[in-house]
Amino acid sequence: MSTVVEVRQLTKSYGGVTAVDQVSFAIEADKIYGLLGRNGAGKTTIMRILTAQEFATGGDLRVFGEAPYENSRVLSQICFVKDSQKYPKSYRMIDVLEQAALFFPHWDREYAFALIEDFRLPLYRRMSALSRGMLSAAGSIVGLASRAPLTIFDEPYLGLDAVARSLFYDHMLEDYTEHPRTVLLSTHLIDEVSRLLEYILVIDQGRLLLDVEAEALRGRAFAVVGPAATVDTFTAGKDVLVRQLLGGLVSATVMGTAEDRKRAQELGLEVVPVSLQQLIVHLTTAPLARKAVEVP
Amino acid sequence: MEHVIDDTRPIFVQIAERIEADILAGRLAEEEQVPSTNQFASFYQINPATAAKGVNLLVDQGILYKKRGLGMYVAPGARARLLEKRREEFFERYVVTMLQEAEKLGITTDQLTEMVHRGVKVP
Repeated sequence: MSTVVEVRQLTKSYGGVTAVDQVSFAIEADKIYGLLGRNGAGKTTIMRILTAQEFATGGDLRVFGEAPYENSRVLSQICFVKDSQKYPKSYRMIDVLEQAALFFPHWDREYAFALIEDFRLPLYRRMSALSRGMLSAAGSIVGLASRAPLTIFDEPYLGLDAVARSLFYDHMLEDYTEHPRTVLLSTHLIDEVSRLLEYILVIDQGRLLLDVEAEALRGRAFAVVGPAATVDTFTAGKDVLVRQLLGGLVSATVMGTAEDRKRAQELGLEVVPVSLQQLIVHLTTAPLARKAVEVP
Repeated sequence: MEHVIDDTRPIFVQIAERIEADILAGRLAEEEQVPSTNQFASFYQINPATAAKGVNLLVDQGILYKKRGLGMYVAPGARARLLEKRREEFFERYVVTMLQEAEKLGITTDQLTEMVHRGVKVP
């Protein structure tokens, strides 16, 4: 399996603030990755460093096996769709498409025009006159039609309504199936997006909390509810992600196997399923920075 | 076909279960072609690798088999094997649980048998 991105101990500090804190991960070719975390967790900074728009202050970074800075071999293989894309004043969608065609070696013009129709974007209106949702659609279209070997979407759906988001997910899956490529997608709409993802990276306060196959995570987290003593007996030796008091009862969220669930039930505890979204919300709302979670 | 994917369980398991349910209900006959991984992916809006994992689970169990260059097909005898597996699961999931619950409530085996007969009459 070839590796597209390799990051070791990546760190970015601005003055006294550490936005990215010794993050290490690898991204394999032709898979869809989700970069999940709250606003300000460091997702955009990581994406900007990967695409050479910002320098890391520490650590090692390889994209397609090379350092990306001022490296056109690498950068021509990347399409980065930002939520805050700026366009020259006079640009219309048709100009954006022309520029994209020049820049991206794998650009598919016909596909781009088909997408424009699907998303109902005006070709000849100035970009500065487009709504938030239309700008997001424009970015998504460039990202999809670029067919870049590494396509990075930073919150691509801001301002898009449910229909347009669904359209984006449909197109991404369909085109990814026909033209496999590496996709890194940051989002906080985890419920909507998680089933498109093969791997999940969770960032919180600049640190990597989880680097795991989505399916390995799904169904592993569950909560047990019962009297404190029984809950503690069950969770002894386990990594408790969240522990909450509910009246006289305790609820503890843990990662475990089907056997663990059975054992919890045998102890008389109530076992409650936890969705991926709930799990990630729990992980990233912990009051203190926590250690990375081991997923066996 | 049930369209909703439950996000609290692995999706590949749910894909496998849906195919099993279609075979059990006769919607997919033996030697009939199963939708492709990409069709599952686009129908349920899931990652194609996840869909493939669900299909492969059933290939490993001999419920589906691959015809080279053509796709996935339902294996001969698949329905009978699934029924056998489901009966075993039925015993574990319902009968054993029922007996445990009955014991807690002080229901004897005779009373339980009587209840089952009563339930059968109720349509």
